[in-house]
Amino acid sequence: MIVSFSLNGSPASGRVERPISLLDFLRDELKAIGSKSACDQGECGSCSVILDGVVVCSCLVMAADVEGSTVTTVEGLESEGTLSAVQQAMHEAGAVQCGFCTPGIVVAATDLFSHNSSPTTREIKEALAGNICRCTGYGAIIRAFETLAGEST
Amino acid sequence: MTVRTEQPSSRIDDGIGESALRPDGIAKLKGEFEYAQDQWVEGMLWGATTRSPHPHARILSIDVAPALAIGGVHAVLTADDVPGRASFGLEHPDQPVLAKEMVNFWGEPVAIVAAEDDATARRAAAAVVVEYERLEPLTDPEDADLRDEVFQRMRIRRGDQSASGSVVVEGFYEVGMQDQAPLGTEAGLAVPDGHGGVDLYATSQFVHADHEQVVASLGLRPEQVRAHPTGIGGAFGAREDVNLHIHLCLLALHTSQPVKMVYHRSESFTGHVHRHPARMWYRHEADEDGNLVRVRAKVLIDGGAYASTTAAVLANACYFAVGPYNCESVSVDGVGTRTNNPPCGAMRGFGAVQVCFAHEAQMDRLADALGMDPLELRRKNALESGDSMPTTGQVIETPLPTVEVIDSLAAMPIPEESERAGLPGGSGLTTEEHHVVRGIGYAVGIKNLGFSEGFDDFAQARVLLTPGGAIVETAAIEVGQGLVTILAQIVRSSMGVSSVEVRHVDTSKIDSAGSTSASRQTQMSGGATLEASSRLRARILEHFAGDDLNDEGVWRDGELVVPMSRVTEDKWEETVTFRHPPTSPPDGDGQGVVHADFALAAHRAVVDVDPELGLVTVVRVDTAQDVGKALNPQSVVGQIEGGIMQGVGLAIMEELILDHGVIRNPNFTDYLLPTILDAPDVEALLIEKEGSWGPFGAKGVGEPPTISSTAAVAAAIRNATGRAINRVPVRPQDIAL
Repeated sequence: MIVSFSLNGSPASGRVERPISLLDFLRDELKAIGSKSACDQGECGSCSVILDGVVVCSCLVMAADVEGSTVTTVEGLESEGTLSAVQQAMHEAGAVQCGFCTPGIVVAATDLFSHNSSPTTREIKEALAGNICRCTGYGAIIRAFETLAGEST
Repeated sequence: MTVRTEQPSSRIDDGIGESALRPDGIAKLKGEFEYAQDQWVEGMLWGATTRSPHPHARILSIDVAPALAIGGVHAVLTADDVPGRASFGLEHPDQPVLAKEMVNFWGEPVAIVAAEDDATARRAAAAVVVEYERLEPLTDPEDADLRDEVFQRMRIRRGDQSASGSVVVEGFYEVGMQDQAPLGTEAGLAVPDGHGGVDLYATSQFVHADHEQVVASLGLRPEQVRAHPTGIGGAFGAREDVNLHIHLCLLALHTSQPVKMVYHRSESFTGHVHRHPARMWYRHEADEDGNLVRVRAKVLIDGGAYASTTAAVLANACYFAVGPYNCESVSVDGVGTRTNNPPCGAMRGFGAVQVCFAHEAQMDRLADALGMDPLELRRKNALESGDSMPTTGQVIETPLPTVEVIDSLAAMPIPEESERAGLPGGSGLTTEEHHVVRGIGYAVGIKNLGFSEGFDDFAQARVLLTPGGAIVETAAIEVGQGLVTILAQIVRSSMGVSSVEVRHVDTSKIDSAGSTSASRQTQMSGGATLEASSRLRARILEHFAGDDLNDEGVWRDGELVVPMSRVTEDKWEETVTFRHPPTSPPDGDGQGVVHADFALAAHRAVVDVDPELGLVTVVRVDTAQDVGKALNPQSVVGQIEGGIMQGVGLAIMEELILDHGVIRNPNFTDYLLPTILDAPDVEALLIEKEGSWGPFGAKGVGEPPTISSTAAVAAAIRNATGRAINRVPVRPQDIAL
């Protein structure tokens, strides 16, 4: 079947011939490699995307189920070619090391700040509880978003 | 021969000592950075691996026909298809590229497949019919020791072996098998060059070692294989050894098509080596004033089925078995066993982590027996610059500010008991505040930097000055640690040019940088880069008779004499191979100048424990670390926080559970990794004592955070509960039952 949906504001479609995840569909069929595959079972958040306004692990969503939906991946979050506030805050705080978790964290944090411009540290941690980072120990990630939250208050 | 030619230029932005931002940060944040997993070329095939379902079995037959019969399958290869050396290994080539007669661990590769897509390749790998005769696996390392199934034994004897002290403590300690769990799994792409050779782009910490092993097993000439650095999603030791590298090249040359392979997470848990589980028996003796008089230890680590780096990990565990303490009478007996468990090798801390848990528990017990403050006992026995290593007798010539590290940590404020990071058990609301017990624990750890024991440890780097700015060429691998930032900072400060690009080049373009391991690249590739850029600057200044160089050009007596556009009309290039001070192999008693440099850290952990359910929250971990010179403070803190988190993981949750050689939790649901809700607050003090041979006096910083953080958390749990806590990870039953 052909699946058509909105990807980062543009129409996207592709042939889905077997039961594959949205993540594999994005990466292998549409060559949108920003979302990462690390655990394939919804534990690490590296594949997080915003699907119809909700953050989901794209490895747990069937590609065929996104017909007519709106999907936003990390590639859709920069603003006019420059880093978004969330991305810039992470860059300056040193919140990126290997960067494999980074797309998922950008997506989850973007969703958080879109609902709550000045989250508490606890709210930041709760929002990112589904995103595993193996490099940073989370310190710089927390500082990045505490700073961003502070700027908006 | 190496020459220290430090000549920091006049102040430059993003130079040494500043928290320059990562040059690859923006691409990573936008999702544009290309990792090994993201590679794609037209017409490529996908590879997959058939693995042993048994930890020990004889292969009676392999039938590849059912796999080949599947549409879209281009090749199914077995051991008979390996044209060159049938085995590989970082230190000893004892591991079959593909198992031939026997399988020796669960998940061992038996056949490899190339097909038109990933799903077909995996279906074909599953369709290979292998007939096995199951054999009893040897999985208890103490049994292996008794049967002399060992990769290596290690013996250290120093001082009067009859010395004794009046205060004696003994203990047995155990460390579980930890996994590096880098977020990026093993992945790569091999592309045939059309002339019988191949280009390999695969996850790695050491492309020159990959190159050597691929060349040997493919039976090619060295110049026919080029191993390229590629985008890496973390490593932590898991990528020193070859895994899919030879397989990819075999498939690519066999099919004459590019072949890509990406391990799934469950496969990754069998596809790379793990941290060695350890069992350790200790006896410490001290006089009544708390001076260590004698330390005896037996250290057993299980290497699993193949050698990997077991010999070196064992040596390290033995060398650092006493910790950073003076003692004139030491004996250590080590053994690295061979079993049918998964192969173990490098992981951050490399042997020092396991013994640190044991020697620090012993120091706490000794303090208790002496009625002495545990930090005072450590201070009293502190091993410092000018002292002799308690194990090898080597006089420590580089700075080792142990007392300052301990005192600095001790002076950091301790949080009030009321400051909680949520209750143990989290949102499960399994306890109430008045049931929670707080504990505080300390630990100090030491480790070598760079390669030891006479290994010819070198790193080559090339620095060029071009019209576009300076370029550093290196085969050193960026795994996320930030070398790419540091090398650019070194060139800015030493050459005076602000635009610097770090290029990761393949094995045909530059000599080895050595492994991205042993906390060594800042010192080694950093050292090569500093020397190359300093020499290049000196040559340019000499050529144009100048006295300063910056972005505008060459200056003399405060005046610009040659503009940069004119300077870069000539070709400027300098290649340097950097070596650290020589070391030597130990003698039969483990004595000698074995190490090139040392670093240490101390940690203080604060934990909240629910003693009824045995659940632990790590509230806070504070640390002071000997860093030499912090070349990029933000990056150093990033290493410290990340290393502490892995140490906390080993202390309370991260363990591969083995059942007769079978990994029962090879996935992120069952192998628990710390999340952001598990992250303690961390305060880090960087202790800068310059004098090491690293660039600008820098020391490697990656491993020390992982070494004593585990021990500190265990000590804090011991302090909270009064339980012995003689194994990590600490399980609920170790506290509650």
